[in-house]
Amino acid sequence: MITSMSSHPFKILLVVVALAAIAVITPGTNSFVILLVTRALAFSILVMSVDILLGYTGLASLGQAAYLAVGAYATAILATRYHIGLGWDFWLVLLFGAALGAALAAIFGFLAIRATGVYFLMITLALGQCVWGLAYRWNSLTGGDNGINLRDRPKFGIDLANEVTFFYVVFGVFVVSLLAMYTLVRSPFGRSLAGIRERELRMKILGYNTWLHKYIAFIIAGAFGGLSGVLWAHTAGIVSPVNVELPTSVDALLMVVLGGSGTLVGGVIGSFIVFGLREYLSTLVPWWQYVLGVVYVATILYLPTGLMGIPERLRQWRARTGNRGEARKLASATP
Amino acid sequence: MTSTLTRRLGLLLGGGIALGLNATAGAEELRIGYVAPTTGIFAQVGKDMVDGFQMYLDEVKNDFGGAQVKFIVEDEQAKPDTAVTKAKKLILQDKVHMLVGGLLASSGYALAPVSTAEKVLYVVPVSAADDLTQRDLAKYPYLIRTGWSSSQPSHPFGQWACEQGYKKIAAIGADYAFGYEVVGGFQRAFEACGGQIVQKIWPPLGTKDFGPYIPTIRADADAIFSLMVGPMSLQFPKQLAASGNKKPVIGGGTSYDEFVLPSMGDEVIGHVSTLQYSAALQNPKNEAFVKAYRAKYGKVPSYYSETNYTSAQMIHQVMKQNNGKFPGAEAFIKQLAAAKYDTLRGPVTIDEMRNPVQNIYIKKVEKKKMFGYDKDELWNTVIKTYPNVNQFGQFKKEEFLATPVYNRDYPPCKFCN
Repeated sequence: MITSMSSHPFKILLVVVALAAIAVITPGTNSFVILLVTRALAFSILVMSVDILLGYTGLASLGQAAYLAVGAYATAILATRYHIGLGWDFWLVLLFGAALGAALAAIFGFLAIRATGVYFLMITLALGQCVWGLAYRWNSLTGGDNGINLRDRPKFGIDLANEVTFFYVVFGVFVVSLLAMYTLVRSPFGRSLAGIRERELRMKILGYNTWLHKYIAFIIAGAFGGLSGVLWAHTAGIVSPVNVELPTSVDALLMVVLGGSGTLVGGVIGSFIVFGLREYLSTLVPWWQYVLGVVYVATILYLPTGLMGIPERLRQWRARTGNRGEARKLASATP
Repeated sequence: MTSTLTRRLGLLLGGGIALGLNATAGAEELRIGYVAPTTGIFAQVGKDMVDGFQMYLDEVKNDFGGAQVKFIVEDEQAKPDTAVTKAKKLILQDKVHMLVGGLLASSGYALAPVSTAEKVLYVVPVSAADDLTQRDLAKYPYLIRTGWSSSQPSHPFGQWACEQGYKKIAAIGADYAFGYEVVGGFQRAFEACGGQIVQKIWPPLGTKDFGPYIPTIRADADAIFSLMVGPMSLQFPKQLAASGNKKPVIGGGTSYDEFVLPSMGDEVIGHVSTLQYSAALQNPKNEAFVKAYRAKYGKVPSYYSETNYTSAQMIHQVMKQNNGKFPGAEAFIKQLAAAKYDTLRGPVTIDEMRNPVQNIYIKKVEKKKMFGYDKDELWNTVIKTYPNVNQFGQFKKEEFLATPVYNRDYPPCKFCN
């Protein structure tokens, strides 16, 4: 614990350098890579929100894609039916998407937060499927399985149809979200969430209203999910029930586990790896699914703390071999 | 330092390009980007699509009128946003001259705006969503369809049903847009000639147990019209027969097409369906195609393979007209739309809304030997041909477009008690 605290500024520096690298290198690559990076960044906001629930509050949710969906569908419907959100009001739609995600989470939270563990998983799965069902059947609103096409990207002084410009906008929103979530988890509220993750009963005894803490965390995750949805709608240009189906929620969860839960950026790393494998490697070789499968299985077996846990495990492994070396020296010294 | 370096690099690069251009001055390359689901639940359909197109390329040794075809296949996993990503990769990274493919209606709707935004030709062999070439046509100037529209075969089929003397028909179709359009087209046509659709049942896409639906089929119906896809096509006739059904069964093309027919049993003998293709078409081109396809891929070709083979043929014909030089997307569409084609499925032309005008075949499932094969197998024998059917069928284009697109509630079920 003490070692990780002292290396904290170092970790922050690493993150800043990585973000700067992304911002500088990406526009120089070809348009397809820019598109992939933009998609990964937009989805990463949802993944980070899942991490807040899983890594920081200890709640594994299988229904977070529902909030991405409400944000995405709201954007699509406003843009195609009412022509809202294609100019400066894009920023309003961004906030509206977040608010919608938060509102939905507030409603679902009443049902879900009373449960824990496996039951929470099941309830969130069921609620996510409700949203999928609505997206699929409410043809007049959502276009059913045909989905809704967003023909244009917003233009406000700058034209977001330009891939590089859009990348910068998404990158900006991503950085702001990362900062916001980082501030949240380092705040006293965030610390209480960690406490609830570790020992909820003890937190209750200490006088914390754990239900309220979890509920608020759920709403915040929903808000970021909705935000992610607005950006996601514009990257793909089409919103369909596929965005809210179970595999999408599972994806987000898996990305967090792959990268390392409880680290925020772990989810982002996981997101880049999965998108890179699924959408870039798949254009190069047909056996990309095996690679993805091996990555998942190997992570669960050998790196349960995710990729971000590698430095810690290395440290432990080195400490253990160091101790063994000491013990052997002592044993050989004594006759 | 950097300026001399960049200048030297520039010279090298320029020299390289010049050499490269000289070297390839002979053969032009035609890059075709193909989008199909090669993984996921539709992987087998995607394979059929790719195999159909590839078979034509192999027959002409990748030579389209002098241009060397580079065929790049990308996996859309039957997800619209993956389709968009892959299409953008094909356009931006591989710099393809045209996009072909897309399986589901949602993929078609996802790829069409990409073609508009990037000004790249998009040829649609499979995706049958009506509005792509109807009410939404103006949004997609670079789109042209070489396959069919969902309701296109249903319009003459409705008329055929009246001629058989059916008065009341119960319809059961997969609960999604494709289902609505096929059933809707049939209902419009059948009711226009005096018939009545007395029931519309919509089992969800992917239903395997029709137990809740079959007993509700109205006893006073003269026949049952079914629109099934994939595994539903296999299960529904079996369960219907097991329930003791005696009514004649008719259906949309995907309920009985060659994708599922070999796996079906004798319960479908006598069932009638409609499509712009049947593997049992008795013409020399089709016979050669079926034999060659079966020898190469081990199965009778379905319409997924045929439509891609035919689309490749149509593209080849236009490229021949241009001596192997790609004339640009707009000119290509004009030429593709203006030409007449003699294809496996019969004569094909393209209407002014960029959808094919072609024969629609009414086909009946029969067990017999065909094309010299020595086993009795299930084949979709053609019992009637309606020539020159366009996407509006027997209806006037303006009236047709003034009504909404076929959906769950349109046409309304006036005779459903």
